[in-house]
Amino acid sequence: MATISLEHVTKRYPDGTEAVRDLNLDIADGEFIVFVGPSGCGKSTALNMIAGLEDISDGELRIGGKVVNQLTPKDRDIAMVFQTYALYPHMTVRQNMAFPLKIARIPQEETDRRVMEAAELLELTEHLDRKPANLSGGQRQRVAMGRAIVRNPQAFLMDEPLSNLDAKLRGQMRTSIARLQQRLKVTTVYVTHDQTEAMTLGDRIMVLRLGQMQQVGSPQELYNWPANLFVAGFIGSPSMNFMPGQLADGMLKWPLGDVPLPAQRVQALRDEKAARDVIVGIRPEEFEDASLVETAKRDRGSVVNVKAEVLESMGSDVFAYFPVPKPEGAQMAELERVAEEVGSGDAPGSSSTFVARLDPATQAREGAPFDLWFDTQKLHLFDASTGKVLGR
Amino acid sequence: MTAVAAPAARTTPRRAQQPVIPPRRKISWGTANAITIAWTLFPIWWLIALSFKDPTTLTDGSFWPIKWSGANYAGIFHSSAFIRPLLNSIGIGLISTVISVILGTMAAYAIARLAFPGKTVLIGVSLMIAMFPAISLVNPLFNIERVIGLFNTWPGLIIPYLAFSLPLAIYTLSAFFREIPWDLEKAAKVDGASQRQIFTNVIAPLAAPGIATTSILVFMFCWNEFLFAISLTSTNAARTAPAAMGFFTGVSQFTFPIGSIAAAAVIITIPIVIFVMIFQRRIVAGLTSGAVKG
Repeated sequence: MATISLEHVTKRYPDGTEAVRDLNLDIADGEFIVFVGPSGCGKSTALNMIAGLEDISDGELRIGGKVVNQLTPKDRDIAMVFQTYALYPHMTVRQNMAFPLKIARIPQEETDRRVMEAAELLELTEHLDRKPANLSGGQRQRVAMGRAIVRNPQAFLMDEPLSNLDAKLRGQMRTSIARLQQRLKVTTVYVTHDQTEAMTLGDRIMVLRLGQMQQVGSPQELYNWPANLFVAGFIGSPSMNFMPGQLADGMLKWPLGDVPLPAQRVQALRDEKAARDVIVGIRPEEFEDASLVETAKRDRGSVVNVKAEVLESMGSDVFAYFPVPKPEGAQMAELERVAEEVGSGDAPGSSSTFVARLDPATQAREGAPFDLWFDTQKLHLFDASTGKVLGR
Repeated sequence: MTAVAAPAARTTPRRAQQPVIPPRRKISWGTANAITIAWTLFPIWWLIALSFKDPTTLTDGSFWPIKWSGANYAGIFHSSAFIRPLLNSIGIGLISTVISVILGTMAAYAIARLAFPGKTVLIGVSLMIAMFPAISLVNPLFNIERVIGLFNTWPGLIIPYLAFSLPLAIYTLSAFFREIPWDLEKAAKVDGASQRQIFTNVIAPLAAPGIATTSILVFMFCWNEFLFAISLTSTNAARTAPAAMGFFTGVSQFTFPIGSIAAAAVIITIPIVIFVMIFQRRIVAGLTSGAVKG
């Protein structure tokens, strides 16, 4: 168990492209940190650099306080779980799990003991003499975990370990990974493109985009105070709704009406010399059917009359999709770019549909107009050209 | 070149569902298969039948030997005219195969796994050598070998065989190496294995079917080779079995040695059959299944 720290870590390929740029991060002992981002954001490259599978072009990597830039993977004392599990197909489950110990020349008795221990922990005892080909996806995944556990490594590195499983199994394995990590208290770096996995597993999350760190913080911090448009769009499901707006005299003009902003916010915006053109973000959760909002709370927000095109009832919630007129000539280049990267099918720039998450008691009907309340204090404002958060 | 296509076939799921074949299709396919098998096996049977015919009934044209006899076999094993070439064939074939597969394994591993300058050139050149018409090399090789004293020796045949079999080995093996998932090597690396341990513990066992396939192909190439064998040898010191068969003589000047040739042909087919039978199971086994999500 150890701390891992990255200082100005950069990965540059011979052709000059930078897969990871100037990464700075301190991972505490026993912490579960998740690297998350869309494909090609450099998260796997960063992990491979920690593992020693890729060279570090620039910067310093320390594991347990020791600089390990030049060390081979075997001298870094880390264990890794791969997306493809990478089990040795010609070995049984037992041999697979014992392989790292065999290489390290651990005595046979000790090896047997550790393999049995891991197998019990992962409920693999009955499968020890089977080959990977005869195991189900979930079992293979557990064998891969077992191979990592037996070594008592300084750190676990996991590269999208659950993305080859079906949705139900993924949910189960997610909880068992969380439980396992709490029990073993080993520093864990987990890479995923799935924000749900990131939110549920991580003590802290680092969001990456185009090789650069966007924000690092606890899941709640990222959700409540996204540092920029990208993080805002990436974290949360369904994604945050975005629409351009304009600031003028403490008022926000945007397609859902003119909204007064809280005084504190206005001051902060003034201090930052915020531009007139902004992008406004609001999470689906900040909407509510106006008829269901108590009067006291109602004053904190604003009401707009909309027509729901589609209502999706999830039992616990109702998702209402309603059109929002898109202002013409708005500066939305950054927004469109982000939408494309985040891969939200509902590109905020091109389509103009908002999602609201409503209480199931709502009386809204498809195609019929209804009053929708939204919390103006929870609006997120971003600079239209840089995407940075404003007025925080 | 079915062996080259083999790696692709190995990726098909093991428990693929058997499609239901309608009976009429079954019959038509069955007939076509039967005809093809008969067509290919007929000359072999003819050869076997000939080899067992009594020398006096050799030309009776019958499909089945009327008078069975081992005289042809006894004849070829009686003189050194066949035994020595047979030993030459086995020796030259095995030595060429071992060297070719060892070098080929290393080269193919490098080609499949490493990025190094001149890689494409290397692959191109090796393929070009394999495609080169051997006949155009016979004359220069004959002169070179005569001058440097390799003519009519084992190395005199092994060296040209290597030149032609190595590209074949590299090409086949690199296809197999490419099939082995990268992640396995990375996993072994993280598990603490050195490059050598990775190769011996992970890569080599997984590449075994490929190595077996390649060995068979290379051995068969050397075993069947005729042009160099006949041009670069002059006595039984290095002459291989296929070449020696051309020098068989009958009992007298006027008897055609067809019985002996048939018997020798049957004999030299046997090692190939044995070789294939030994390695067949390994070739067919899809060893990499289950390594990654299947």
